[in-house]
Amino acid sequence: MKTELRTALRIGLLGGLVASHICLVGMLETFAKRNLIGDYLSMGYLLLLTLFLFVGYKATQVAQKAATGLLCAIIAGGITGASLSDLVFLTQNFQLREIFAHASPALVKLLTLGQSKSLGLLIPIVSGISWSLFGGFFALLPKLWRRVLLNTLLLTLLLGLLRDILNSLLPGDFGKTLFTSSGLTYIGAGSSLFCGGILIWAFLTYREQQKLKPETSESRNSPLQKLLFSLLILFLLTFPLWSKSFLSNVADSVGLYIIMGLGLNLVVGFAGMLDLGFVAFYAIGAYTMAVLTSPSGIFHFSFWQALPFSMLIAMSGGIILGLPILRMRGDYLAIATLGFGEIIRILVISDFLKPYLGGAQGITNIGKPEIAQFTFKNPEHFYYLILIGCLIAWFIASRLKKSRLGRAWMAIREDEDVAQAMGINRVTTKLTAFAIGALFGGLSGAIFASMVDSVVPKSFDLLISINVLALIIVGGIGSLPGVLVGAVVLVGLPELLREFQEYRLLVYGAVLVTMMLYRPEGLWPEVTLQHILHKTAQPEFPVRPLPTPEKK
Amino acid sequence: MLTLNAIHSYYGQIHALKGVSFTVEKGEIVTLIGSNGAGKTTTLNTISGLIKPRSGEILFEGQRIDNLAPHEIAKRGISQSPEGRKIFGRMTVRENLEMGAFNRKDQAGIRHDLAQILELFPRLRERFNQSGGTLSGGEQQMLAIGRALMSRPRILTLDEPSMGLAPILVAQIFKIICDINQQGTTILLIEQNAQMALSIATRGYVLETGQIVLQGPAKDLLASPQVRKAYLGG
Repeated sequence: MKTELRTALRIGLLGGLVASHICLVGMLETFAKRNLIGDYLSMGYLLLLTLFLFVGYKATQVAQKAATGLLCAIIAGGITGASLSDLVFLTQNFQLREIFAHASPALVKLLTLGQSKSLGLLIPIVSGISWSLFGGFFALLPKLWRRVLLNTLLLTLLLGLLRDILNSLLPGDFGKTLFTSSGLTYIGAGSSLFCGGILIWAFLTYREQQKLKPETSESRNSPLQKLLFSLLILFLLTFPLWSKSFLSNVADSVGLYIIMGLGLNLVVGFAGMLDLGFVAFYAIGAYTMAVLTSPSGIFHFSFWQALPFSMLIAMSGGIILGLPILRMRGDYLAIATLGFGEIIRILVISDFLKPYLGGAQGITNIGKPEIAQFTFKNPEHFYYLILIGCLIAWFIASRLKKSRLGRAWMAIREDEDVAQAMGINRVTTKLTAFAIGALFGGLSGAIFASMVDSVVPKSFDLLISINVLALIIVGGIGSLPGVLVGAVVLVGLPELLREFQEYRLLVYGAVLVTMMLYRPEGLWPEVTLQHILHKTAQPEFPVRPLPTPEKK
Repeated sequence: MLTLNAIHSYYGQIHALKGVSFTVEKGEIVTLIGSNGAGKTTTLNTISGLIKPRSGEILFEGQRIDNLAPHEIAKRGISQSPEGRKIFGRMTVRENLEMGAFNRKDQAGIRHDLAQILELFPRLRERFNQSGGTLSGGEQQMLAIGRALMSRPRILTLDEPSMGLAPILVAQIFKIICDINQQGTTILLIEQNAQMALSIATRGYVLETGQIVLQGPAKDLLASPQVRKAYLGG
């Protein structure tokens, strides 16, 4: 009991710290401007609410008995709420604003729901306790219900967040009943909770039953999966037709990051070589395209003529980088590749190459792809080009993963010395990883250059390398679907939530830290890694009978 | 079959092997015993090409191999079960074994050998689709040996197969080593457990601070007062 109370105290204080932080950096105010459900639940309140629920959930989880657990939740939630009340009190009575610019009357109004002084102070505490109590009840639910509830809530929030995409899908009147100008209406939220809940419940129970059945080839390609798959394809193919130009733009950058991610995944995920300079190949691809097609240059190639060169030159870049660092491992490798990325950027911006690469001004008027009479001009057109690029990259990556070369990469990743002793050629194996990875980077860069019509050194800074690496890790290192998920989450979502640009890196950092603590294997991990990281037993697979050796 | 001639190897500045010479004949089990830091693993890594000797030569079936890259040496039929197992943790048992046959093209032969190895180590059959990292120490050792055998080596080198295993498992592993040898594979066995190693070996060498100090038929070494005093506790 004593230790449980102590834990509850700790969780409450931590929660209070986080809550105050969210308020003082101004996140609450900014996020409160966007309403997700009706005009009551804003994203700002959602932040605090989630925090309260989580505090309650965690506090209950550590306790042995249900009653103690709920008591812990009340204590923890109360403390978290009280620290917000404290914040309100301090803001009202002292000049907190001189230090914290965001400790404003507007913040107080948000936290007290506009109530008068004394009643207002009570409001954070009361809501903290009640929401934490909900979190506590949530922790006590059976696992299936917990998952249904959690997924339904997430689905509803996602629908609210993706309002722009979804609303453009629906006919006007129908859209108006479900969506407000920034999120869901109450009817929309209610129907999402209801229908989503039923669907998710059905899906989860269905999957549980499937798990019990022995796995057959039929169950892998069930009609449901086929249906979902066809819907996905239909969605992808028609996306630019019904969405706004802005959304195609977002989809384009997600696609470019997917191609890069698939490339870097070969190097980092499969072959286990940490490459922090991947942007170099993206830049090489983009600049090659620019130099070869720009009318100010001397080549005047068309897009299609220049594309293979962009990829090949990027690939040579990969080999040139690969050669000197073959012997390096781990940290040293990371630093060396980091240097390579910077070298390319500095070369591009240098006076020395200015006559050819345009220095800081870069190169403009880059060739557009043409097929017969049709020219790819706007984001909607490029969407299809990028989609094809993604599919090709995906196909190559998935084939490579199962190939002999893929096996060799994984062996090198696991243990370089042993891999060599198994007869794997370290030099060629590592170089092909760098080369093919760079090829993908070059492809992505070439399309990017043509799409935005100009290349400037500023577009190729270190942040791109970090982004690509982060999306691989968040998605699940070494996993191909993970790259897609990672790109959508780390590239797509931030683009959709543009109004919160100034907090983007803060949220980004928080997401990465949380992910590494609670789900280090990524959102869509490779199966083996998941079992190793969580020390869970692997499901027993039926062992296929092997031929017994013939007796000699 | 395998001959080391006055091999000198260095770890950076450290002179680890100071003129090591020995031979392994076809069909033998030869053991190299010695205490920690004597240079046993260095010797093995020099043979497999992971460390390049500064001087001396290594001959395998009459040809020099000391200037070849590790994967070339592996292709010639020298297979290693490394110290501390070092299996591929994120690959399944099956994939680990298949990695052992990386340079073989004869699919039928690979299937045959796979089946035979699973016969030799029934535990591996039970764990066939589990990732290597989840196996116990003994199972990992079996996997390392099995993986080395999958290349159908002419000579199998084993680096401390008894390390960290319970006595009953050690006995089991050593019995399997004898079986493998009887099926025609030459074995170079590196061990700290001198008693066990010498009891199954044909000949033995004693390595001390990078030099061979004693050699002879395993039986004689087992009886030698010098060995008894240093390695077998009197």
